[in-house]
Amino acid sequence: MNIQISRRQALLGSGALVVSFSLVRPLGDALAQSQAKPLALTEVDSFLAIDKAGKVTVYSGKVDLGTGVTTALRQIVAEELDVPMARIELIQGDTLLTPDQGNTWGSLTIQLGGMQLRQASAAARQALLAEAAKKLGTDQLTVADGVISGGGKKVSYAELIGGKSFSIKLDPKQPVKEKAPKDYKIVGKSQPRVDIPGKVTGSFVYMQDFKVPGMLHGRVVRPPAIGAKLESVDDAALKKIPGVKVVREGNFLAVVASSEWDAIRGANALKATWSKSETLPDQAKLWEHVRATKVAKEDVTGNTGNTAEAMAKDGAKTIKATYDFAIHMHGSIGPSCAIAEFKDGMLTSWSASQATHNLRKQLAQMFSLPPEKVRCIYFEGAGCYGRNGHEDAAADAALLAKAVGKPVRVQWSRADEHGWEPKGPPTLMDMRASMDAQGNVTAWEGDFFMPQQTPAGFLVPLVAASLAGMPYADHIAPGNVFQNSAIQYKFPNIKTVCKRLETTPFRPSWIRTPGRMQNTYANECFVDELAAAANMDPIEFRRKYLDDKRGLELLDRLAALAKWEKRPSPQKAASGNVVKGRGVSYVKYELVRTYVGVVAEVEVDRTTGVILVPKFYVAHDCGQIVNPDGLKNQIDGNVIQTVSRTLYEEVKFDRSRVTSLDWEGYPILKFPQAPDVVIDLIDRPNEKPWGAGEPAAAVIPSAISNAVFDATGVRLRSVPYTPAKVKAAMQST
Amino acid sequence: MAKKSLTVNGKRVSVSYDDPQMPLLYVLRDNLDLHGPRFGCGLGQCGACTVHIDGAAVRSCVTPLSAVSSKQKVVTLEGLGTAQKPHPVQKAFIDEQAVQCGYCINGMIMQSAAFLAKNKKPSEAEIKAALANNLCRCGTHARIVRAVKRASAQA
Ligand code: FES
Ligand code: FES
Repeated sequence: MNIQISRRQALLGSGALVVSFSLVRPLGDALAQSQAKPLALTEVDSFLAIDKAGKVTVYSGKVDLGTGVTTALRQIVAEELDVPMARIELIQGDTLLTPDQGNTWGSLTIQLGGMQLRQASAAARQALLAEAAKKLGTDQLTVADGVISGGGKKVSYAELIGGKSFSIKLDPKQPVKEKAPKDYKIVGKSQPRVDIPGKVTGSFVYMQDFKVPGMLHGRVVRPPAIGAKLESVDDAALKKIPGVKVVREGNFLAVVASSEWDAIRGANALKATWSKSETLPDQAKLWEHVRATKVAKEDVTGNTGNTAEAMAKDGAKTIKATYDFAIHMHGSIGPSCAIAEFKDGMLTSWSASQATHNLRKQLAQMFSLPPEKVRCIYFEGAGCYGRNGHEDAAADAALLAKAVGKPVRVQWSRADEHGWEPKGPPTLMDMRASMDAQGNVTAWEGDFFMPQQTPAGFLVPLVAASLAGMPYADHIAPGNVFQNSAIQYKFPNIKTVCKRLETTPFRPSWIRTPGRMQNTYANECFVDELAAAANMDPIEFRRKYLDDKRGLELLDRLAALAKWEKRPSPQKAASGNVVKGRGVSYVKYELVRTYVGVVAEVEVDRTTGVILVPKFYVAHDCGQIVNPDGLKNQIDGNVIQTVSRTLYEEVKFDRSRVTSLDWEGYPILKFPQAPDVVIDLIDRPNEKPWGAGEPAAAVIPSAISNAVFDATGVRLRSVPYTPAKVKAAMQST
Repeated sequence: MAKKSLTVNGKRVSVSYDDPQMPLLYVLRDNLDLHGPRFGCGLGQCGACTVHIDGAAVRSCVTPLSAVSSKQKVVTLEGLGTAQKPHPVQKAFIDEQAVQCGYCINGMIMQSAAFLAKNKKPSEAEIKAALANNLCRCGTHARIVRAVKRASAQA
């Protein structure tokens, strides 16, 4: 399928080609077998196939967003089936081939997707053993490497099932018996990621590398202001570039050319006039704007006792604080890219979408096609931390492919990505609590201001559909941002309310740890404020209000790991210009799963206001661990990325548009500022595996703020903690 | 269309072009179908597109084709080593599993290979300074630094 193989081969020798062939081949095979392939979550054949050579193909609706999770999924299948990992091929996120296991989000790939694969594999193994018992005439059987032995004879999986379907039903209410964790040989052991050798040598095929025969290259020309109307287009300057075409559909404008560089040149040379549009609030007054936005509904997420009564009690001391968390972008290091082709009434879309099944629904709506006429295929792109620009690039490519009647690849520019990917919405949190004379918390209240989630689904509107005036649903979909607004501590009176705002300045979507990060930030900073008010050690204070055994054990392990010195904050010894401090934060993710506790060590320069975080200690309990090294890699990523978000990141805008259009306008963490991450993994092989892609990120902003308080006695209640804010906070105390 | 010859990964190749201002990145990716060098920003800000020209780490997204002579040796990630025969820095990245999405890793490897060729035993602070203009969004920094250290220890 890769048309330029021969030139590439000439340049390289043949070794590196294997990976790209094996990645591309299934797409071709797929067309042949498409009729027969079941997709229901209740069929083993939806998830697994074994061919005549004994190769196992796994069909995963969950995809690898750059986390390495498909190595872990292979481990789960290899373990349960007793086949070597090398014999497993994995096809991901293809609406024609893989079951709809839901978006790849919410730290659910192992927890949900992996467990569906484990069930399918267990059911397949059971059936293969039953079949082998008949063949071999004994039920005293052992399995190794996909070969079943018993009574001195052997039969392989390939001989039993090779090329045929299992035709076995799965019933979640009657789960199949799985292997006992004590017998695990592959799960629970660090396995090298299967994608890394190709990624470090250039043979891995990312979405940005994929090619379709005969494809053209498209580049979009977005309006200079959100809501601007396209008034006129002058393409005179394009005449010099051979074969460039302008596509205009309503306010959607793009150029298509036969090479990528010509498309870029064309887009730069195109002159367009747009109407003026100023729809955004004044950034300097963002928080007033958020506070003044109409509340569409209130979600009460915690309600115990009577907080008003407790706060009104004689002798109660009331403490209040307001926190805010800036607008963030995903900022994937590779801008979004997609290819689309219309052929024989069918739209095929290749993209790095985390949600190919949902993308199919949206593209079908946009082009008024039945969903069966749209096939969405996943190709791994650069790291994806939520719904970013991939789906929009897919819509751009589809619109252009339709307009020019050829396959079109769209590669967004850096400014397209920064300016037009959906954003993590601004979040504001008002916290109140009361304490009695002994320093016991008597009431806890939190109001969390965040956009509403419109009921019809988690479909972020496609930019191309809205610009071109094509059908789309105008959803507001920030994700399940209410999570972790309720608190994990046992206070006698609690009231937590999410004020779901009717609108938010930018098209919102979820970015790693959506809502859980913002809400945990306010909760864990405010708990720290109460600990200081009670003059108690911050870990001791948390322990006092926790009755969760796993949580308590985790805090003990964390204290030991970080060599935590028991004392109240702030520290007393502060002297000199650069002061050091430590801060703790703890979360039980969504109050029902993964536990994380962290200790941040910070250094604050009192003159410049610059914060450095040289070290983070992490204690992590996500139940059964599948790939310990892969898990540590994810935890590193959660910590380091969130240090960046906490210290540096804020989308800037004027009344018309995003003005943070490159890495200078939206700085992120660089190597000299990257912390060391010291991790203690708590493995519980007999428990369910929970997610790890997000939870550790939830506690980072609060741990840093608490550490800065420990160092300086100053509370930071506004993310990002820029030097200007740090200096202002120090001057006001 | 004009033609120009280049030396890429030890081979002489001929490329056709219309615009001498076309960045080297597109010559490598689109004309020569190499995909080690990656498009990240096109602005010289992130390092994803890094290649070696005569041993120096260069941002190919802001290097016009006209600035590269046929005598200069252009080396991409593919020219450094293969999955079967990785360069010591590539091997160190595999050993440390210093990859999340891996999109930035081309730049990390090309930058550190050029750096280690000059500074064989760098300190951790020197490694971080050498990579300060290479961005990683996944937060793989700690592992990348370990990989570079490992490569330097084996050099
Ligand atoms: S793509 Fe060249 S520096 Fe970013
Ligand atoms: S590993 Fe994803 S950007 Fe560095």
